[in-house]
Amino acid sequence: MARLSAHNLVTAQAIIARYPKPRSALVPLCHLAQEQDGYLAEDAMQHVAELIGCTAAQVYGTASFYEMFKLHPTGKYLVGVCTNISCMLSGAFELLEHCERSLGVPVGGTTPDGMFTLEEVECSAACTVAPAVQVNYRYEESVTPESFDTLVAQLRAGTRDDIPPHGVLATVRQTPTDRWANTGKTGEHAP
Amino acid sequence: MTVRSDLPKIVSGRWDIADAHTLDGYLRTGGYEGLRRALAMQPAEVVDIVTGATVQGRGGAGFPAGNKWHFLDTAAFPHWIVVNGDESEPGTHKDRTLMERDPHQLIEGSLIAAYACKASQVFLYVRGEMAFAQERIAAALNEAYANNYVGKNILGTDWSVDITLHWGAGAYIVGDETALLESLEGKRGMPRPKPPYFPAVMGLYMNPTIVNNVETLSNLPWIMVNGAEAFAAIGSVKSNGTRLIAVSGHVKQPGTYEVECGVVTFREVFYDPSLGGGIRDDNDLKAFIPGGGSAPWFFEEHLDMPLDPTVVGPAGSMLGSGAIVAMDSTTDMVKACWRLVKFYARESCGKCTPCREGTSWLELILERIIKGHGRPEDIGLLLDIGDNISPGPFPGPNVTPGEPAYAPFPYKKTTICDLGPSVVSPLMSALRRFPDEFDAYIARNPRKLIEVASA
Repeated sequence: MARLSAHNLVTAQAIIARYPKPRSALVPLCHLAQEQDGYLAEDAMQHVAELIGCTAAQVYGTASFYEMFKLHPTGKYLVGVCTNISCMLSGAFELLEHCERSLGVPVGGTTPDGMFTLEEVECSAACTVAPAVQVNYRYEESVTPESFDTLVAQLRAGTRDDIPPHGVLATVRQTPTDRWANTGKTGEHAP
Repeated sequence: MTVRSDLPKIVSGRWDIADAHTLDGYLRTGGYEGLRRALAMQPAEVVDIVTGATVQGRGGAGFPAGNKWHFLDTAAFPHWIVVNGDESEPGTHKDRTLMERDPHQLIEGSLIAAYACKASQVFLYVRGEMAFAQERIAAALNEAYANNYVGKNILGTDWSVDITLHWGAGAYIVGDETALLESLEGKRGMPRPKPPYFPAVMGLYMNPTIVNNVETLSNLPWIMVNGAEAFAAIGSVKSNGTRLIAVSGHVKQPGTYEVECGVVTFREVFYDPSLGGGIRDDNDLKAFIPGGGSAPWFFEEHLDMPLDPTVVGPAGSMLGSGAIVAMDSTTDMVKACWRLVKFYARESCGKCTPCREGTSWLELILERIIKGHGRPEDIGLLLDIGDNISPGPFPGPNVTPGEPAYAPFPYKKTTICDLGPSVVSPLMSALRRFPDEFDAYIARNPRKLIEVASA
């Protein structure tokens, strides 16, 4: 959709300054672009490439390796149902079937209103509170069919302020600081 | 009874304190005292203390942190500390809790490691899917920077170091340390061959690098305050301190618990009222995973084994990342095996052919067996593909209780990293112990009925 906005460009430059080599900022900058557009757009990848000094193909090649980068628009809420071993033992496949019926889309599908994309995901490190569902990477623990329907209703009604739209990862960022020790040259401050 | 009620909580002590993630809450509970003590010493003394405590790495491989630091050429400039917070082993649920509930402890541990190793910069690699952990760590880092715990002239000394919070983007393979470094360099997270790319020699940007797990570093503040002797006094002779275990699956009280290394047995993990509390519906235990999805399975005859790598390894499995998954008598072992194999098939990075091809073949064959299209020759095919990924006798307990293990841990491999052979663990465990369940699935194939009818 779009290149990074002027505001995001400032954030991007602060992120790049935190690494000894700009290329290391590739993944965080792709997250930033995804936060802006809801998915990783081609123009944004081109812009990221310009910022970190590599080719757009290198950005695309790296971004396509990682599951969290969506190269096409998704629903506003990305619903990831974990079905790995601990969740499976606690009934995750039954829950996934319920989710498919409840949302009316198969795994991988997006609801016609663009609200939900359903995914089957791998272990999301919530094994002791299985089965776990992540909505835009926010955890819902020990999910039952009933609690899933409640969650969907809340999301449709817009009463879940704690879950931002897809693309927004962490709402708190490491901020630039005047105590930053590295003045730009790699490891200048080392003892 | 070996579950100690008076066990000091080394890493999980602040989990019940509501504001432990803030600087105020952390300082009130003795936070950053370990850093102050470390800064009063020479870096080499800190290394000696950590080496003396013998903190075994808690990420999976179990390599002692102090020994790892000794490999580092501290005169080389620059060199880095990388914190591996890419927890995604099936069944593991400890690093996320540590990062969410006690982020300052991790920051303090990283600072102690950075001071001991004279590192130029610390990179905190947090798994992409853990948005809440990232928020907690970012907030804690911002507070720590503002209050002079990180950055220039830390606590008034002439020592400075930066910590960079880095986000992953969803790839299990990045949990491997060399793949993590590739990812941190802004590339596809594919492992590097070792040798020559041992991180302590050629790591991030080809500079010497130490990669430590979140739990390993979280132990350091306690060790600096209480001393190496106090740490070594906890646990058995060969494995010191405590470790976090995540008990999940068919237990009554799933949860993350801090237990004494090398002392507590699997029976206590599952049945002790302060831990697992028994198997769901009081069923029998059919099998259990002792150390994450990559570990060969154990069975009821191993229940009295202590959680000690020197005991579990020769018996054919590993403690790995402390993920213990119970499967009760109602579990369909073919499906459990298929689900774990499917995980490795999805997460294989595609660099080594035996793993890239083998994992997805295994998944497809198991899927057709489960759907009732299995063929009698499929069992041999599964074994053959497994042998291509991990040649020779595969580690694992013998199916006959009392007999020696097939082979001690670790596995042999035709791949660069351990993801490939990990797929063979659930496969071999299920095939050796529960061949009848595979045969029962294959016998459902309707094609055989047609052959009989046409004869």
